[in-house]
Amino acid sequence: MLKLSRYVLYDILRSKIVIAYTIFLFVVSLSMFQMEDNSSKAMLSLLNIVLIVLPLVSLVFTTIHYYNSYEFIELMSSQPMSRTRILLSEYAGVAISLLSAFFIGVGIPVLLFAPNEIGFALLFSGVSLTLVFTSIAFYAAVVARDKARGIGFALLLWFYFALIYDSLVLLILFSFSDYPLEKITLLLSALNPIDLGRIFIMLKMDISALMGYTGALYKDFFGSGTGILFTTGIMLLWIILPLWLAVRKFRKKDL
Amino acid sequence: MIRIDHISKRFKKLQVLDNISVVFEKGQVISLIGPNGSGKTTLIKSILGMVKPNTGKIFVNEQIIDNDPGYRKIIGYMPQIGRYPDNMKIGQLFSMLKQIRKTETSQTDEELIKKFELEKIFEKPMRTLSGGTRQKVSAAIAFLFDPAILILDEPTAGLDPLASEILKEKIIAEKKKNKLILITSHILSDLDEITTHVMYMQEGKMQFIKDMGTLQEETGELRLGKAIARIMKGDIINSEWIDKMFEPKNDEKIY
Repeated sequence: MLKLSRYVLYDILRSKIVIAYTIFLFVVSLSMFQMEDNSSKAMLSLLNIVLIVLPLVSLVFTTIHYYNSYEFIELMSSQPMSRTRILLSEYAGVAISLLSAFFIGVGIPVLLFAPNEIGFALLFSGVSLTLVFTSIAFYAAVVARDKARGIGFALLLWFYFALIYDSLVLLILFSFSDYPLEKITLLLSALNPIDLGRIFIMLKMDISALMGYTGALYKDFFGSGTGILFTTGIMLLWIILPLWLAVRKFRKKDL
Repeated sequence: MIRIDHISKRFKKLQVLDNISVVFEKGQVISLIGPNGSGKTTLIKSILGMVKPNTGKIFVNEQIIDNDPGYRKIIGYMPQIGRYPDNMKIGQLFSMLKQIRKTETSQTDEELIKKFELEKIFEKPMRTLSGGTRQKVSAAIAFLFDPAILILDEPTAGLDPLASEILKEKIIAEKKKNKLILITSHILSDLDEITTHVMYMQEGKMQFIKDMGTLQEETGELRLGKAIARIMKGDIINSEWIDKMFEPKNDEKIY
């Protein structure tokens, strides 16, 4: 399987978009650490960028890549290669190239300026979010037949996870504020990988104290070993599930 | 070698293949002819497993086509449109395919690579290639593994006269090796010297499959184009298509 991935990877790493993305991440992270004296503050700003930009780039880049490689995928499927292998190779190629961009762009500055627990939490979230949204994008691209629809679908998902979901949660919290909602908010956060990533990092910072009782409950849960296991498990689920659905759909699809 | 057993395919409301049954044998060169949208490409893609028919079965070498991609080892396919990853170099594409098939360079048929002088441009990335050159690459790929079955979808469209002549010679040489060759083309003059059988399709139905001798006898015409025209003369629906086919196209009729 790695044979095809290697060439896909080679192709993508040479594309201008990935190079630009790497430079963008690198410049932003570096300037954050340079501007703020307190590395913790810089991390907070960086966190917001990671949570917004990473999913967006992963989604859009993956969908565009899929449609641009459509004829190539077709050719590969005329070779003695199973569909599953083709799609997983493509996934590995795209995911590895996006991850390398993230490692060079954010990983190196973080390791240089803030090699602490928060830094590693940020890297963990970044890696997970990249994999999750690449996976979701593959599903969107396989399901939608034409490019415009596929990218539209991907953008819609980004809007949902990055913006709409939070307002929905807030709405629920306000309308049911008379009830004990701590456990439910915990559950709700698991339904959005971006939120999960955010909470995971925030709790490593001191600001969790500002979140009141819920914050305390979060800290209690996510700070513990079970919490880390829970986060990793849910993230894995978010990676595997869309990818599995994409493969299932792709196997039956007419190319 | 290939047995197609009552296959039908429907894309939403459109019946693309309608109950087609046919057997192709070794040593035959079959010209698939029919108007645009008559299901030629869909039939080819069904044989390659890219399109999954709604009903019916396809056998290659008495082995039913299902999810095992191994049967495609003996098939070489040249698609109508070849697009390859932008930053991949031509040389890499060939070495990748060899790796996928686990074939050593000594076992491959690189005649077309040499005759099309592709080695000179092995270092060029795919995005810089013209449509014609990409078509040459596609052709070289189809013949690369010396397959027992060749499936060529509009092979000469977009090739210059010289390249098209080289390709035709290659097809004739392969025909002598007792291979099964399936060709679709709208340029009937190209098929004249090559073809042994004609399969005519219309609106997803197979109208007839005849060997050239019978066809010439029945119509009293030696040229394939005229023979087909003669058959369709009485048929008003088809006459328009036939007329169009005899209109000289921009560059294809020069030689």
